[in-house]
Amino acid sequence: MFDLSGKNALVTGASGGIGGAIAEALHQAGATVALSGTREAPLRELADKLGERAHVVPANLSDAEAVTGLPKTAAEAMGSVDILVNNAGITRDNLFMRMSDEEWAQVLEVNLTSVFRLSRAVLRGMMKARWGRIVNITSVVGTTGNPGQGNYAAAKAGLVGMSKSLAYEVASRGITVNCVAPGFIETAMTDKLNDEQKGKILTQIPAGAMGTPNDIAAAVAYLSSREAGYVTGATLHVNGGMAMV
Amino acid sequence: MSDIADRVKKIVVEHLGVDEDKVVEAASFIDDLGADSLDTVELVMAFEEEFGIEIPDDAAETIQTVGDAVNFIKGAV
Repeated sequence: MFDLSGKNALVTGASGGIGGAIAEALHQAGATVALSGTREAPLRELADKLGERAHVVPANLSDAEAVTGLPKTAAEAMGSVDILVNNAGITRDNLFMRMSDEEWAQVLEVNLTSVFRLSRAVLRGMMKARWGRIVNITSVVGTTGNPGQGNYAAAKAGLVGMSKSLAYEVASRGITVNCVAPGFIETAMTDKLNDEQKGKILTQIPAGAMGTPNDIAAAVAYLSSREAGYVTGATLHVNGGMAMV
Repeated sequence: MSDIADRVKKIVVEHLGVDEDKVVEAASFIDDLGADSLDTVELVMAFEEEFGIEIPDDAAETIQTVGDAVNFIKGAV
């Protein structure tokens, strides 16, 4: 689809359904990939499947020290980080009135603060190279809100404002910063829903089906490409028409 | 000019694309040489690399002119 030969991409949350598909798409387009996540075994499995040009760089993004070390480890493995895909995310759902400070803080730390730290760390190399792509995976709920997800929605909406501000600062240096906002995507998380719950969700999706991780990966591949160089500060919604914003 | 001053001048000329004559000791990167705030960050990065030193953020903020840069680097190398 797009040619990413010679580019080095760091993908966080690569052990999950969406992150794995993103890593695979970038790799297929010719990029070298560094796969990050908390669990090493699935990362290793994916790296073995991809073969050459795949590195495993485990990191726990709730640990500030690990976050600081990750871009260095990835750059040492690949030579540079030209593309950063901030895909890792956690949920700690709870009704707002019952949400603990810890549930709030954990989600903000991993889903927003770690993205700030990782992006800051890779900018130096991108500025020197006069080329870079940062793609942040947000969510439709960052725009629409969702009961039980006050923390998650806040973090995802926060990413959008952060991405736009950074996009302003580095646009003249050939670096773009964009978001991809998935709607309902078939993953291990949505597998847990029963048929009734799924049916209810589908009535809200004009496309009449849940999306697949590949739908998200294709959007990321585009925003990572040379061809998308004039697109920055944007949020690409990939949700089957569920929210047309 | 000393060796350090020459090297600083060369980096500034290359990075900001300004005439060599304008890069005098008293020249302010932003007011006289047309740098924006991101340019100053990049200049500091370039100095760090050229001279193999670390310029912490609070020190970087005090480097406003070509002379400031030369003096800081002289003290650091």
